[in-house]
Amino acid sequence: MSDLNSAMIEKYRTSFLKEVEANVEEGEWVKMCMQCGVCSGSCPLGKFWDHPPQEIFMMIRAGKREEVLTSDAMWMCTSCYNCIVRCPRGLPITHIMHGLAHYAKRLGIAPQNQPTAKFAQLMWDNLMKKGRVNELKLGLSLYFMNGFGEGVKTALKMKDIGLGMLKTGRMSPMEMLGGHGVKDLGGFHKAIKKAQELEDARIAKHGK
Amino acid sequence: MAKREYSFYPGCSSQKGASSSNYLVSVQTMCEELDIQLNEIPDWNCCSASIGYAGGGELPRLVLSGRNIALSEQHNPGQEIVATCAACWLATREAQERFQHDQGLLAEANTALAEAGLKLKNDTPIKHMAEVLVEDVGYDAIKAKVKKPLEGIKIAGYVGCQTNRPFGIAGESFENPVYLDKLVDTLGADSIPTYEKKVQCCGGALAFSEPAKSQEMIKGIIEAAYDHGADMIVTPCPVCQMNVEVYQDQINATYGTKFKMPVVYYSTLMSVAFGRSAKEAALNGQVIPAKKLEEIAAK
Repeated sequence: MSDLNSAMIEKYRTSFLKEVEANVEEGEWVKMCMQCGVCSGSCPLGKFWDHPPQEIFMMIRAGKREEVLTSDAMWMCTSCYNCIVRCPRGLPITHIMHGLAHYAKRLGIAPQNQPTAKFAQLMWDNLMKKGRVNELKLGLSLYFMNGFGEGVKTALKMKDIGLGMLKTGRMSPMEMLGGHGVKDLGGFHKAIKKAQELEDARIAKHGK
Repeated sequence: MAKREYSFYPGCSSQKGASSSNYLVSVQTMCEELDIQLNEIPDWNCCSASIGYAGGGELPRLVLSGRNIALSEQHNPGQEIVATCAACWLATREAQERFQHDQGLLAEANTALAEAGLKLKNDTPIKHMAEVLVEDVGYDAIKAKVKKPLEGIKIAGYVGCQTNRPFGIAGESFENPVYLDKLVDTLGADSIPTYEKKVQCCGGALAFSEPAKSQEMIKGIIEAAYDHGADMIVTPCPVCQMNVEVYQDQINATYGTKFKMPVVYYSTLMSVAFGRSAKEAALNGQVIPAKKLEEIAAK
């Protein structure tokens, strides 16, 4: 268990809702949920969620901290925004799901080997290198994210799709060598680093 | 001088050798015909799309878009920002709204951006290209440019998620948007207003991490187009285009279907209808060729 996770448990012992309100993106909206279930019924991957959004909101209020944060559920969000536009009380549900997923990851208790959690981190690391996504390298890192053996199998399975993209000029082997990026990479990195420091400091302060 | 000028955010997938480079080619052709000048935001960066939250959290993710808006304000002052990618548009507009509602967050973003010598005013309107076409240019002006009507082609308008929600196009409904159908009709093709999968999710980025779950949804999108007798699907989103086009062989292998449905961009349709060549319409970027459009372009 991470130090930050222990500190947060200690600090918010009596209210997981307060912890979410203070530390999760758009978390202050959770208490507005009226439990109608429209979000759950509107979710395209809803049938795969351990706990659909409506349930997650009630679990937060019921203090089910570990069940919520270690859940696979939020990582199933496709960012389709159906729930947001349909919520009668205007909760930014998509953002709250993203926020909960990120917070669980920050505390080190997000589910291990969750494919979208892994892929999303690969994508962030990829874009951080040069300021723009390198699709070829991201695709290859995705294939190999579960080890070399499985990577070779996936790469073979995806071979025809790759060839199709190559033939139509929508994939380029040149991306392996350098590839696209921003020119002011120094400034880009400094700005993002500063943003990370500001956010880390804000949340660390809450844990005290 | 061009009639309309915008500050343009093309996005990662539109770059040379990337998955929607064909989209950019057809957009450039379409804009030439409509007298629209796109001034690229110098040194723009990735917006981190819809899955940036995992690694990025809130502020670092929003600062990505903040940097793009700040660069646009500095280099293309007074010009509205236009994005062609749904995720680019959504992320940029979302960042702008969040900064407008939370001055503390805006102050933090400016502290971060100062490290790169940038200042974010955050008052530039941010549009999707579809808004430019529908609201700024208008159907009549588009119709006036049609030289080769797309007669006899039946096209399912697949709007998808992020061009439609949570912002969408002014005056359109989230559940049953009709602008893409109107555009199809304007170009002389036959729209399918009752195409029930028009706003169904294709899985987005989860097509990579959860392929089976996403392909099940993609199958429904293509199947419904066939059920309506569609010759092709049109979409305004690069992720929708790729997801619905390139996995058809895998879906056929899994489900025993025989899909071979072309999926094109609105800008491809427009470039062909405006009388431009197959190459200028980027028809060579189709993994599944759009033969009916090739025939019209060759006439």
